[in-house]
Amino acid sequence: MEIADVREKWTNRINVVTIGATREQGGTRARTVSVGGETTLPFLTFEGEMPNRPVIAGLVVDVVPEDWPAALKSAIGDVINSPTEWAQRCVEEHKVDLISLKLLGPDPSGRNLSAAQAAETVRAVLEAVDVPLIIWGCGDGEKDNEVLMECSQAARGENCLIGSATEGNYRTLAALGKADGHKLIAEAPVDINIAKQVNILLQDAGFDLNNVVMCQVTAALGYGFDYVYTIFERVRIAGLKGDKHMALPQIANVGWEVWKVKEAIADEDVLPGWGRLEERGPRWEAVTAAGYLQAGADILVLAHPEAIAVTAQAIDELMAG
Amino acid sequence: MIFIGERINTGFADIKRAVLEKDPQPVQQWAVKQANAGATYLDVNLGAVSSSPDDMCWMIENVQQVVDTPICIDSNKPRIIAEAIGVCKRKPLVNSTTAVEKNLSAILPLVAEHGASVIGVVMDEGGAPKDADKRVEIAGMILAAAIEYGIEPENVFLDPIVMPLKFMQAQAGHILEAVRQFTLFSDPPPHIVCGLSNIANGTTHKKLINRTFLAMAIAAGMDSAICDVMDTGLVNSALTAELVMNREIYADSYAKKPAAL
Repeated sequence: MEIADVREKWTNRINVVTIGATREQGGTRARTVSVGGETTLPFLTFEGEMPNRPVIAGLVVDVVPEDWPAALKSAIGDVINSPTEWAQRCVEEHKVDLISLKLLGPDPSGRNLSAAQAAETVRAVLEAVDVPLIIWGCGDGEKDNEVLMECSQAARGENCLIGSATEGNYRTLAALGKADGHKLIAEAPVDINIAKQVNILLQDAGFDLNNVVMCQVTAALGYGFDYVYTIFERVRIAGLKGDKHMALPQIANVGWEVWKVKEAIADEDVLPGWGRLEERGPRWEAVTAAGYLQAGADILVLAHPEAIAVTAQAIDELMAG
Repeated sequence: MIFIGERINTGFADIKRAVLEKDPQPVQQWAVKQANAGATYLDVNLGAVSSSPDDMCWMIENVQQVVDTPICIDSNKPRIIAEAIGVCKRKPLVNSTTAVEKNLSAILPLVAEHGASVIGVVMDEGGAPKDADKRVEIAGMILAAAIEYGIEPENVFLDPIVMPLKFMQAQAGHILEAVRQFTLFSDPPPHIVCGLSNIANGTTHKKLINRTFLAMAIAAGMDSAICDVMDTGLVNSALTAELVMNREIYADSYAKKPAAL
């Protein structure tokens, strides 16, 4: 009996976005990182190409989040209070492809550090490591406009990936991205229609979608992961079918979200029968990451060294076919 | 939706004069305007003004000086197509071949050699078909020939031949039925295109007829049109039809703002 050929044939290619600039390109990075370029759904290389492997960005935060459990902090080690040393350890020991610097310090409801202080951290991290850099604001719209503007200038020419552009601030982000030569993260709140809207707005503001990576507010396993998974997948299918506003690489901010949920931060005394947090936390992060890999994530931001190691191995195995 | 801008055509007085006097300005102005309005391809048609491939190449080169939108080479003369295809910087769309054997054998090898796309107009030795079945039969012949020459279905645009509503009212229904059947040829299906303005030939309400027919054709499976891309109402009607058919994802700003003229 003849078996029907069920291979899908897609008509479009996902954009390739390159992050980082070497000396020849006007930056100081030792190498650049390219993501995207797929002509098929994740890892279905019998249907199409996946020219760039998914990459891991090591999460580094300028100010350690208060609710992070001791199990995570001790796994990261004593470097956790120094963004530069933390970034170096991520690169040298955990072999991450790039660094994802979260600037929590300027948050007005927290330390309320100045934009200049944030920019100083960006400069120091760029000096400490030679991999490409992702820079995220604190999440406060007004403060981020100021902080990201200053950080963008501090990193001028380094071709960083800066996040995140939303319906509220896309004009500012488009302007700084163009002025200082950076890529942008376009973010939507678990909503595919707004995701497309932000991309259209960025394009209308004159920012080339070839320089944009899409982000949905990333849900941890157990907290709407399935919603975000389907959005990743629908975005990718729309992009492969030819929707130019959706044919963009995607980033999943896994580490930042996972270490907020009770399954990853509450120990056995709070959750009897759930097993030791030292094991459960990194597993929660790694399993969430594995899900997003299958959904179509091109960049995974990860915090726990064990989650980084397990995910790197999973990517190796999946890319080996 | 693939919009092919129709305006660089010597059927329009300003373009005719431009070609005759070798004045690049009108050609370049319409190239920029249509590209800004979102044209996927720019149709370049030398018409009856000249039969010289050099004039066609002159038009294309002038367009390419100001925009990087790919060209739709509008000619049925293999000699002109062969020259024009060589000067295109991006993969062009050749407009067009019919199912007549000497057309297929002259044009399809050129298309295949340059990795271009081609519009196949459903016409054979017997002329334009009168019903849906004949359209489907001829379209199938063109698609099969293209595949034989190594052209993938996604690089083939089938044109069911639009007839004027005013003079051949029954044809519109046959055309829509043919479009529905074209979508079943392959997976993914070939593109389906039409020279839209023919539907409103000789009528009073041209824009309304163009817009309504295009929306209905999109519902049937059409995904491309040679049309007036400066008509924002037409473009937005087409984009809306694609949303209604769930072929594009909705976003608040999906519609185009009126283009600045």
